[in-house]
Amino acid sequence: MIILWTDALIYLLLTTAMVSGFFLRNYEGLKRPLNKIATNKSAMVSMIILVFFIAIGLLDSLHFKAEGQRASGVISVLDYCTQPLWQQTEKTYSAPFSAYLYSKAYITQADGYQSWGFPRLKFGGSHLLNPETEKTADVLIKLIVGLSKGFIFCLSWVGLRALYVAKKAGQSRLHVRPGFVGTTIIVVVVGLSGIIELSTYYHILGTDKVGEDVFYQTIKSIRTGLVIGSLTTFIMLPLAVVFGILAGFYRGWVDDLIQYCYTTLNSIPSVLLIAASILMVQIYMVNHPELFTNLESRADLRLLFLCLILGVTSWTGLCRMLRAETLKLREMGYVQAAKVLGVRPIGILFQHILPNVMHIILISVVLDFSALVLAEAVLSYINVGVDPSTYSWGNMINGARLEMAREPVVWWPLIAAFVFMFILVLTANLFADAVRDAFDPRRNQHD
Amino acid sequence: MLLIQGVTNMTKRVLSVQGLSVQFQTDSEKVLVVDDISFDILESETFGLVGESGSGKSVSALAILRLLPRSAKMSGKHVFFKEQDLLTLPEMNMCQIRGRRIAMIFQDPMIALNPVKSIGHQISEVIKIHFELSPSEIKSRVLTLLRQVEIPSPESRIDDYPHQFSGGQLQRIMIAAALAGEPDLLIADEPTTALDVTIQAQILTLLKSIQRQVGMSLWLISHDLALVSSMVDRVAVMRKGRIVEVAETRQLFNYPEHAYTQKLLAALPSIDSCRAEANVTGDILLELKSMSISYPVRKGFFNRIVSHHQAVDGVNLTIHAGKTLALVGESGCGKTTLAKGLLNLIENVDGQIIWAGQNINGLQGEPLRQMRSNIQIIFQDPFSSMNPRMLVGQIIGEGLRSLHPEISSQQRKVEVATLLQQVGLPAECAMRYPHEFSGGQRQRICIARALAVRPKLIICDEPTSALDVSVQEKIILLLKSLQQQYGMSYLFITHDLAVVSEIADELAVMYEGKIVEYGPVYQLLNDPRQPYTQQLLKAVPKISVD
Repeated sequence: MIILWTDALIYLLLTTAMVSGFFLRNYEGLKRPLNKIATNKSAMVSMIILVFFIAIGLLDSLHFKAEGQRASGVISVLDYCTQPLWQQTEKTYSAPFSAYLYSKAYITQADGYQSWGFPRLKFGGSHLLNPETEKTADVLIKLIVGLSKGFIFCLSWVGLRALYVAKKAGQSRLHVRPGFVGTTIIVVVVGLSGIIELSTYYHILGTDKVGEDVFYQTIKSIRTGLVIGSLTTFIMLPLAVVFGILAGFYRGWVDDLIQYCYTTLNSIPSVLLIAASILMVQIYMVNHPELFTNLESRADLRLLFLCLILGVTSWTGLCRMLRAETLKLREMGYVQAAKVLGVRPIGILFQHILPNVMHIILISVVLDFSALVLAEAVLSYINVGVDPSTYSWGNMINGARLEMAREPVVWWPLIAAFVFMFILVLTANLFADAVRDAFDPRRNQHD
Repeated sequence: MLLIQGVTNMTKRVLSVQGLSVQFQTDSEKVLVVDDISFDILESETFGLVGESGSGKSVSALAILRLLPRSAKMSGKHVFFKEQDLLTLPEMNMCQIRGRRIAMIFQDPMIALNPVKSIGHQISEVIKIHFELSPSEIKSRVLTLLRQVEIPSPESRIDDYPHQFSGGQLQRIMIAAALAGEPDLLIADEPTTALDVTIQAQILTLLKSIQRQVGMSLWLISHDLALVSSMVDRVAVMRKGRIVEVAETRQLFNYPEHAYTQKLLAALPSIDSCRAEANVTGDILLELKSMSISYPVRKGFFNRIVSHHQAVDGVNLTIHAGKTLALVGESGCGKTTLAKGLLNLIENVDGQIIWAGQNINGLQGEPLRQMRSNIQIIFQDPFSSMNPRMLVGQIIGEGLRSLHPEISSQQRKVEVATLLQQVGLPAECAMRYPHEFSGGQRQRICIARALAVRPKLIICDEPTSALDVSVQEKIILLLKSLQQQYGMSYLFITHDLAVVSEIADELAVMYEGKIVEYGPVYQLLNDPRQPYTQQLLKAVPKISVD
């Protein structure tokens, strides 16, 4: 078992969320909003997809030593589960579902005769004798097999559960009627099962320049995206909220000081700051080789540092917004009334100001989350992003620069990264929208 | 009805509305906002439409101009403007009627005017759309209009921007812009509600005189019965989307037929119903001695303080235990600043605030917190004075929690329920959010919140000016009965002299930060000495039907 820094922080975040959930489970004021979210269909679909993403990210955050595997000798639970995906590497590019390489080469045939053409892949579709004629039917069959496997799995699970419920209630008849959420879960599970079945025979999203499976890269990038999004937010949020609200509420010299800080920070180009600190980390790692025994921990430290520096440079926008909103709120009747009622400033901040700026925080956190995933791509472009050995959508998009200029075009890494990023950002947005609406009492008027 | 029929036949109708209905479609339900209304407006007549907020007055005006939002559906037999039916007229022709034949002025001129364009430009835009004139002709036309609405020296002010004018002047400019199309019908939707009493009177006189000059019809929409009574020829009373009564002004005010009209008239506070005694005696609760509040005026590159604006200037006042002192003045005269200074909500307060022999001005920290339970405040706007994310129970219990932490949460719940009952709300309200209540109910919650800490003095900062007449009356009655029950004092800040006569024992008139006249209500209302007080009294609209 090896615990990387980001692993520890991710699980710390998860534990914090679960503990606070446990303590808040009986809180009266939460019931109505939670019910409201539960009845919102798009929110629930988004949540289920998000949960799948997060589960993959969490699996990918449990690392252990596996001698002989990989250059670093460190693999994650996700790697363990998907071994065939990353062990079956081809020579170079191949298109999705293809049985041939994407570029021509000399093929040595059985009789020793050499010809110039597209060689067969070592793994993708290698079970086919004649790909031209068999492939389409085979893909369909494999897909159906995969889907039915998933369906049978779900059916047995639903059936078992219904049996259990029926037994508990002492009924003889089964009531199998999965609700909306159940249906969505079944659809996602069945779909995943189909994908898993297919991906054991084919490179469903093709391979990249060194022949690595793009589907595997995309899945691995989920963790990087989540880490950058969540850890950066985790660093940026307290800074923005505390400083923004304090500046707006107390005004005077507190306001001057905080404003001075963020104007100064804003006027330094953030790319320069990020590049400088990433270089610093690199030099530190070179000078202390004894602390970094494997590649994974180096890449991990760089990722952590990237989150840190992104967090430090990105709190100013939200801070400014919160300051302006607090300036407005502090003149509201209820804040004045609270003062007259002798409520202490700390009480006013927590009771009156914070709940009323929560919608701004939520919206900008989700927007920032998407922006951060994208920022990672931009930073990879100038080589100050995550370590080149770290799988990330940013690195994939960065690589696509050359692939798009190639003839014929290699389009699949870019599309794969784009689609996954799109799904993550879209579901996060939809879910956050629903959360914001649910916690706004003014929107519950027609319940 | 017969009488009106007769009149209708004699003079021509400008607008004839038959069976107009407007329905709003929200997410879950359909709301009938205007329900089958019919009325006529005659040539060069002033027609009044009166009703409480939400009764559908403004919506019917907007419906006739076909300016309703998309979620609204309108239907009706016909809406004849002269010979054209506005219900079936194509949008192209409708554009020629709007602004040209029918013009409209709105409640708040600050919002209706574009802040980045000069007023001359905005008026000439209207002229350009409707008339083919050369630039110099347009300019002279704008000047004539500005002169007509009595803007002083229009030649020098034509290029000024809206923020350089006062509220009353802006409303005049709005009227000028509305007149630019030489309309046959001018719709005035609460034209003076955002203005001070004295200015209100000027604007109304202006509207009346212009109407006479031009000979157009005027459709005045208002919630203020007294104002309408002095202005219009015929009145329609609207309630919950329906017109309950239409009659000639004299008829309606002297012999109201419908029960609702009678109720409205009865609820109207009247300046003559002064209940106060001639002399106010009793223990002194609070004394202000030469209290002054000034704001620094900052200018220039380094925000240097160049001068001080004196918002409250040397005020001496006394509040007696169990009595009500009313503070009257126009907006911006420093009433609210005085209240905030008294509550220690703002800095830079000079002078003495003597409470029970102790100067509480400049008190800080824990002593100030202990003083807090003595003086409480009720704000003007019942919508912004409660945290929308807190339950009513939490809102009312807030003061108890902070000032009496020794009370257990169970006791606090009981206390909140009692308070809710005292202000006339069911105890279950504690578990609901403020937005679920109407304006009047919210004001009751605010009263309960102030009452919770058992104050000896409550400052009421225009507590009724955002409310409808009938609700206003109930709130005043509640305040009075609570005063009798607990014997607390009120500092009642208002601009409405009629309300003053209902509730106050003493009256202080404020003008530009100074108290110009101060004494028992009875004396001030019947025998005002200062010219400003006399002017204020004269400007109060009264039901005046000769």
